[in-house]
Amino acid sequence: MNTSALIFMIVIQATVTFFTVLFFWKVLKAPKQPEPDSYTDNDD
Amino acid sequence: MKTEQDSWGSRVGLILAMAGNAVGLGNFLRFPVQAVQNGGGTFIIPYLVCFLLMGIPLLWMEWSMGRFGGKSGNHSTPFILDTMGKRRFWKYFGVFGIFTNIAVASYYCYIESWTLSYVLHSVVGTFSGMDQGQVAVFFNTYLKLGKSTTGIPFEAVVFYILCLGLNTYILSRGLKGVERAAKIGVPLLLVFGAFLAFRGLTLGTSGASIAHPDASAWDGLNFLWTPQLGSIWNINVWLAAAGQMFFTLSVGMGTIHCYSSYMKSKDDVALNAVSAGFMNEFVEVVLGSLIVIPIAAGYLGLDWVKENAGFGMAFQTMPYLFDQWGPVISRFAGVFWFGLLFFAGITSSLAMGTPWMGFMQDEYNFKRKAAAWTFGGMILFFGLPTVLIYQITVDGTVDQVFFNQYDYWAGTVSLVVFALAEAVLFSWVFGIKKGWAELISGSDIKIPVIFKYIMLYITPLMLIIVFLGALLKPEGNDWAQAISGLFHGQGWSLDHDSMIKMITNSGIKEELSLATDPGQIKFLKNKITIVNAARGLLASMFIGISLLVYIAYRRRNKLGEEQAS
Repeated sequence: MNTSALIFMIVIQATVTFFTVLFFWKVLKAPKQPEPDSYTDNDD
Repeated sequence: MKTEQDSWGSRVGLILAMAGNAVGLGNFLRFPVQAVQNGGGTFIIPYLVCFLLMGIPLLWMEWSMGRFGGKSGNHSTPFILDTMGKRRFWKYFGVFGIFTNIAVASYYCYIESWTLSYVLHSVVGTFSGMDQGQVAVFFNTYLKLGKSTTGIPFEAVVFYILCLGLNTYILSRGLKGVERAAKIGVPLLLVFGAFLAFRGLTLGTSGASIAHPDASAWDGLNFLWTPQLGSIWNINVWLAAAGQMFFTLSVGMGTIHCYSSYMKSKDDVALNAVSAGFMNEFVEVVLGSLIVIPIAAGYLGLDWVKENAGFGMAFQTMPYLFDQWGPVISRFAGVFWFGLLFFAGITSSLAMGTPWMGFMQDEYNFKRKAAAWTFGGMILFFGLPTVLIYQITVDGTVDQVFFNQYDYWAGTVSLVVFALAEAVLFSWVFGIKKGWAELISGSDIKIPVIFKYIMLYITPLMLIIVFLGALLKPEGNDWAQAISGLFHGQGWSLDHDSMIKMITNSGIKEELSLATDPGQIKFLKNKITIVNAARGLLASMFIGISLLVYIAYRRRNKLGEEQAS
């Protein structure tokens, strides 16, 4: 691959991957809402 | 009015279902082809800008609208839109949110059934030893229903019904069934995609042959990723990038509204929306760009890819390329490729069933199973013509005329019309102040306030441009010349692919006027008949759903009057 394509690919793919992981991590770490919430798996 | 209350099991399950809804066949097939057809590296910058200015705002609007409508017990767009706008006509714009899904699912399930069938063919080694031409002929034969590739009579129909039955069964299990399918399908899709992307990234020049001595996967990657800033002012590239947003994010369909309508108002939509949206982008930009184009360029050369890039590559070329990897790995690669397409497809087609089910459960007190099976029945009715009605061209290939009409009017035009309507409704009728408050209610992230103004001005403006771009596409898609010609008093010549010319069948009529061969004249006349029949069926579907909405509206009014008295 030529250098500019390689750099462009790495920057774009790394940025997209970073935000994908960041937002999903935020979802996993977000504090749970008190019941009743929208989700049934965590119901008592 | 609702008889059974559906709900999501977990937040991760909801996000995976939303991501599965967005991730479809287009992520692996349409995105790289669009990139190739629009200058390779030039395409990615407008694409990402459109994602920020149009994709994410639309995702936020749809998630917020769905949750807002869900508070009043509405789970489909006709009455979600009705709760947001005082004018009666909004609910009929909402009809698009059911119509598009039924129409698209009708032919989408057919493509899905090809992937299912090709998984089987990959396992049994059908493509082993075939050259590229034979693989292409195999696909063509598969589409010709009279000829079987497995010995099963009418196998394309059998696989279509099998696929539709599977979709309907999962839908009959409710949101829990959809969520479970997403929890299995999305991770598997990522694993399969990662394997193939690794092969694409490491193939290099090892696939060069006597027939294609210059073939190199690096050329494919160079073409896709070399930034060419000089072409960034080309309006066609921007229109293509904006158009890709609809296909990739499944916005403008009504499925996102439906999924989020089962959420409670205190739960976040803002973070959920960007999380699901970026998952889709990961699959498209990271995995989607590393499979079809580099692997095809690695064996057939970049020039071949530029000339032949298209949707059909998935079925007509990829099995041949996998066969170059040896008998064992080629079978795994085939199962992974068609398996990932199948999972990408089914998680999207399941989403397409939920707006109809939500509507029938809300308004007509249907049980979940009855709602799912009526959906399956309708898809069978409207979808079978896309399987059974096609034309054989002079060179013996199959022209899927009926299928293509569904794809254009439901899978392209309807999305833009509905997205434009909902953006205007959200930002200007419901009001950006209320809309913004709805979006940030319960939010787990702080959204930059600039998005408020993007949603108010930029997103609707971009949607208007995309709509006008499709409506008034100039001859040869040459916007620069068309605009220049307009200012020099030469008028505006529409392309045969413009929406206006499509309605009048002008392209086929022009071909007909030039044709001299009786066989060709008969072919073109039949084509017009099939085109009009497909449109008639779509129109009858839209009118039928509108009638159901009208009756539901009258029932609601009557119920309200009875309760008041």
